[in-house]
This record gives sequence, structure tokens and C-alpha cells, in this order.
Amino acid sequence: MTPLETVTPIAATGVFSLAWLLIAVPLVCAGVLLLLGRVADGWGHLLATAAPIFSFVLAVVLFGTQLGAAPDQRVVELSLYQWFATGGWDIGVGLRIDPLSILFVLLITGVGSLIHVYSIGYMAHDPKRRRFFAFLNLFVAAMLVLVLADNYLVLFVGWEGVGLASYLLISFWQERPAAAAAGKKAFVMNRVGDLGLTMAIFSMLAMFGSSKFTDVAEHAPGLTPLWATLIGIFLLVGACGKSAQVPLQAWLLDAMEGPTPVSALIHAATMVTAGVYLVVRSHDIFELSAVASFAVVVVGTVTLLAGAWIGCAKDDIKKVLAGSTMSQIGYMMLAAGIGPAGYAFAIFHLLTHGFFKANMFLGAGSVMHAMNDDVNMRHYGALAKVLPITFWTFAAGYLAIIGFPGFAGYFSKDHIIEAAFGQNVVIGLCALLGAGVTAFYMTRLMLMTWFGTKRWRKDVHPHESPLTMTIPLILLGIGSVVGGFALNFWIQDWLEPSTGAHPHEVSLLPTPIGLATLAVVAVGIVVAWIMFGRKEVPDVAPADVSPITVIGRNDLFGDAVNNALVVTPTRVVAENVILADDTLVDGAVMGSAAAVGGLAGQLRKIQNGSVRTYALVMMAGTVLVGLVLILGQWV
Amino acid sequence: MNPENYIILAALLFAIGTVGVMIRRNALIIFMSIELMLNSCNLALATFAYAWGNLEGQLAAFFVMVVAAAEVVVGLAIIVTIYRTRKSTSVDEANLLKL
Repeated sequence: MTPLETVTPIAATGVFSLAWLLIAVPLVCAGVLLLLGRVADGWGHLLATAAPIFSFVLAVVLFGTQLGAAPDQRVVELSLYQWFATGGWDIGVGLRIDPLSILFVLLITGVGSLIHVYSIGYMAHDPKRRRFFAFLNLFVAAMLVLVLADNYLVLFVGWEGVGLASYLLISFWQERPAAAAAGKKAFVMNRVGDLGLTMAIFSMLAMFGSSKFTDVAEHAPGLTPLWATLIGIFLLVGACGKSAQVPLQAWLLDAMEGPTPVSALIHAATMVTAGVYLVVRSHDIFELSAVASFAVVVVGTVTLLAGAWIGCAKDDIKKVLAGSTMSQIGYMMLAAGIGPAGYAFAIFHLLTHGFFKANMFLGAGSVMHAMNDDVNMRHYGALAKVLPITFWTFAAGYLAIIGFPGFAGYFSKDHIIEAAFGQNVVIGLCALLGAGVTAFYMTRLMLMTWFGTKRWRKDVHPHESPLTMTIPLILLGIGSVVGGFALNFWIQDWLEPSTGAHPHEVSLLPTPIGLATLAVVAVGIVVAWIMFGRKEVPDVAPADVSPITVIGRNDLFGDAVNNALVVTPTRVVAENVILADDTLVDGAVMGSAAAVGGLAGQLRKIQNGSVRTYALVMMAGTVLVGLVLILGQWV
Repeated sequence: MNPENYIILAALLFAIGTVGVMIRRNALIIFMSIELMLNSCNLALATFAYAWGNLEGQLAAFFVMVVAAAEVVVGLAIIVTIYRTRKSTSVDEANLLKL
């Protein structure tokens, strides 16, 4: 397969030379908030909210300029400064504003701004609110570095930056042991993925002498198949870590310990999709290796089923949504692995998912706000009348994710399922099954939360959330409704300069596969209604359930697998190292010290205080030296 | 004048001084024995200077005298101090400097 034609970048002029402000403004705000301390407690959140809004406005201006330019003028590069030069490497810091990255910038700053606004209401009574907003700004800045970088090394800086922000925000309520542990878990598991990404970058530097996207794209066809596959697999490992794909999925469910706006922004809409961005951005590498591409497809397919499975079994509303996020990112990875046909669909689904998943997470946050931070759906029920705005926006998100005709997910997910069938029937059937399971668990969530009877705890008096929280919900709800239709006919052409041209028929009329998808979705909804809508939801999770449910409740035993494969062996090695340290190393050190001490104890007896003994010893020594000298003359 | 006789005399004096240092307990006697040893050395140095026909040995003898004078000043001061505190000049009793 020959690489697709992509457009040569042009140097930044005019408004594009201001693109660095996109990153600088949130970064400076984060620094100001963190450094000023309590002085900024009163107004810090307002400044922090203004930062992503500024970036969003600037991004819209850039986007408008790109829209007006000819397609071959839409890839712009802005060199900022030389980072370092050593040997044959010259690493510069630069931004690449192209159709792919601008869509991410719009998503990050747009959804990010809404979530900042939402957080004003959600975190209103939190004593650490200023710090929370500083971390959010730090995240936005790091994420923008990630998507705007023009080479892999700068991308890696953003990659680590979002990892740091994610860690800080997951364990934001660090006084809770579970949150502190979840933050550490996410951090450690992400390091595994980072190892893959660094190996890929090192390989590129060794092979091409540069990590710049344009250089990599230019030199990639010269790679041997083995190296193309290796770099592809390394990149995939990196993507798996950040995007919580199997086998590095276990951290995402625990990450729900963080505040809900964080779950919406970082662990649903933006950061966890960085893996998909990485794969699409590296398409020049993946196109050279069928093995690496197929590995991406397999990882995506396995994860989309695993995430859906977990989503079906959980009672914690945020964990259901987290499982669903894994599953939807699995769809994106699947599409990205399919090749040229799938890139645009992966990004399309990523954008619509960004809308509807952020919408539902914020909706879940609004519900928790009303229910005294209870996350157990078995304690909900009949909330539709009490929280009307949250309910209707959540319903829009629900219809979008299950792919109800006309809503956002209908367009994006159907394309992926069709493309999957085009690749391989088994993969296609898995994707189809995933759509049915998605409909099942989302319907279960809807029925348990909004309908049925009240199963509220005592002292819970649900009330609709304040305007700062409902306005973002409404805007994201609108995005969930119209996002798919708005992008459907446009996104493929738009992404051409970044991902190469690949015409693919998109129509409004359902194809046979589209009809099959709708049928499977309908089955999922009906099954969920039979199981959870018709009869009373038990107040406590039933214990006598099928093994399938047990496995799902335990996150497919992901922690057990990690423990058995990694944690326990590491512990055993560590314990043996400690043993060796205590016996061998300490034994040698302490033993020699004891030997010196014992010898000294004997030697000090010579120092007995009797002057005449000293004189005798001195005399004997002198005589001995004299004898040696005299006798030495004859030898 | 036979230098050999002077050397034998010096050796005898040195041996007497050495035995004195080792067998006597009184600090003053030990001190005098040390002076005897130093003076035997001076005698040997002067003899060697004579035998070789140059002045270096005599020069060394003068150094020894100066050092001996300085030593007497310090040594006697120490002995007097010890005597004042312990009412004794026995070196076997002055044994505090040990572990």
C-alpha cells in the first residue's frame, strides 16, 4: 500500500503566528493561581474559566481562517524556538495547526470551557477550589501542547503533562485513601504506556534523525518492515496506556475517584482519546505495517467488548460511564486501525463522543450533586421529574451513544461498524455486538436512574442544579443532537490534508449494515427493559448472579491479572533483594566493621598507661630496626 | 687520640641511660637518664666530626643541646605539675592517659 498524499506544511503568518497563545494563556493562569495562593481564592476560578474561553475564541478564529483557505494551504507550521541541538539532532519546539489538530483544539477548549463553567457550580463549596481550577488549566495547556506539537518529542511533553494533571486531579481529594491510591495507579500504569511511546520516539530518532511529523512521514517508506512493525507496536503500547485500552485498561475505572468534571473532561472527552490521536497522527507508520494496524484493530475490538461488559455489571453510575468510555474509545481505535478508510471516522466518533460523553458525565455529576454524592444507581430512581434539565440533556446523550437515528452517535458509530465489516466479518460482528451491548447498559442506566420507583436514602432531597451547571449541560446536549449531522458530510474532506484522501460513501439512508445495527440496538433496549424496567430494581445488588455478571462486576478481573502477572512477581523479587541486602551486603559491611572493632579492642590493650612499658617497646623496636640494618649489610 | 675509644664510651653512656629509663620509676631519674643518652649522642657526633675532619657533626651536637635545653624546660614543668597534684614523681602512678 502506498502512503496517501498529504499536504506540505506552510509557514505561519498573520493570526497563525499567535497560535502559541492558545497554550500560553491557560499555562500562565495555572501558574498564577498556584503561586498566588490564598490571595486568589476569591477570583481564581473566574480567571481560570476565562483562560480556556480565550483559547476557544482564538481557536475559532484560526479555524475560520483555515476554512477560508484552499485545502493545500490549511496545514500551517509555526516554529517557536530551538529546544536543543546535539550531534546530528536538532529538536525545535513548533506548533502544527492542521485540520486534525484544530478539531482537537476546538474540542479541548470548547468542552473544556463548558466544564470550567460547570465546575464553578460543582466545586462551589470545596475549600481547595482554586487549586482545582489551576490543575484544570494546567491540563488544558498540556493537552493543547499534545495536539499542537509538530514533533513527537514535544508531543511527549504534552503527553506527560496531561498524565501529571490527570494524576493531580484523580487524587484531588487526597484525604480519601481510595482517591490517593487511584491517582497512583493511573500514574504507574500510564508509565508502562509511556515506555512504549518513548521507545517509538527513540526508534524514530535513530532511524530518521528527527522526530518531526513531516520528517517521519517523508522517511517512513524507507523503513524495513520489521522496524515499521516495531515502531507501530511501540506507538500502540503508548496509545493503550493513555487511552485505557486492554491490557492497560485497569486504571480508568479507579480514576472515577476524581471530581466528576475531571472525569468528564480528562477521562471521557479529551485525554483518554490522545491514544486515538497518536495512532491517526502516526498513520504513515501504521500504513507500512499490516501487523501493527491489525494489532490496533484487535486491541480496539477487545476493548470495546470488555468496556461494554464492565458497563453492564456496575451499579456505580460513574463506573458504568467509564466502562462505556473504554468501549467507545475501543471503537475509535478499531476505526483508526482499519487504515485510510477509518481515520476520519475515528476522529468523527471521537468528536461526537466528546460531546455526548462529557454531557452524560456532567449529567451524572448533577445527579450526584442532588443525591448527596451518592453514586449507587440502586439508590436513585424516578429522578426524571425532579431534575428535568439534567434528565433531558442526559436523554440526548443517551440517544446519541446508542445510535438513535439522527443523533450524533448514529452517524459516527455506524460508519465504524460498516468499515469494520469491510475489514473483516468477525471484527464487524464484534462491533455490531458491541452496539447492542451499549444499548443494553445505557438503557439499564437510564431506567435505574430516571424511572421506576424512588429508592432514595433518608435525608436526600434532590433539587435541580444551579445555572452554571445546567447551561453547559444544555449546550453539550445540543451538541449531542446535532454534532453528528453537522459533521457527517464534511469531516472526510476536511481531514484530507492531514490524513490523506479516501473517498467513502456516506449517506443519510441506512445501509443494510446500518439497519442490522438498528435491529441489534433495539434488541439491547428491549432486553434491558425486560430486566430492569418491568420489575422493581433490588435495593441491594443480588448476590446469586451468573458468572458473566460476577466477572463484569470485578472489572474482568483486570486487577487480579495485573497482580498475578506484575505485582506479585515484582514483590517476590523485591523481597528477595531485601533478603540479599540484609544478609549478604549488610553481612559483609557489618562483619568487616565487627572485625575491625574486635581487632581494635585487642590492640588498645597495648596502650596500658605504663610509661616504662612504652619505653621498653620503643627500645625493642629501635634494636630491631638496628639489627635489620646491620644484618642487612651481609645479606 | 683514638676515636674508637670515644665511641665505646659513648655507647656505654647510652646503654646506661637506656637501662636507667627502663628500670627506674622516679620521673626525675628517668629525665636525667634521657639527658645522659642525649649527651652520649653528642659525644658520638663530636667524635665523628673529628674522625671525618669536618664540622657537620659538631653542628648537629649544638642542635641537640638546644633541643635538650627546650625539653628540660617543658619536661621539668610537667614533672613539677604532676608532683603537685599527685604528691609523687613515680611514672607508674601517672597512668591516666590510657583507654
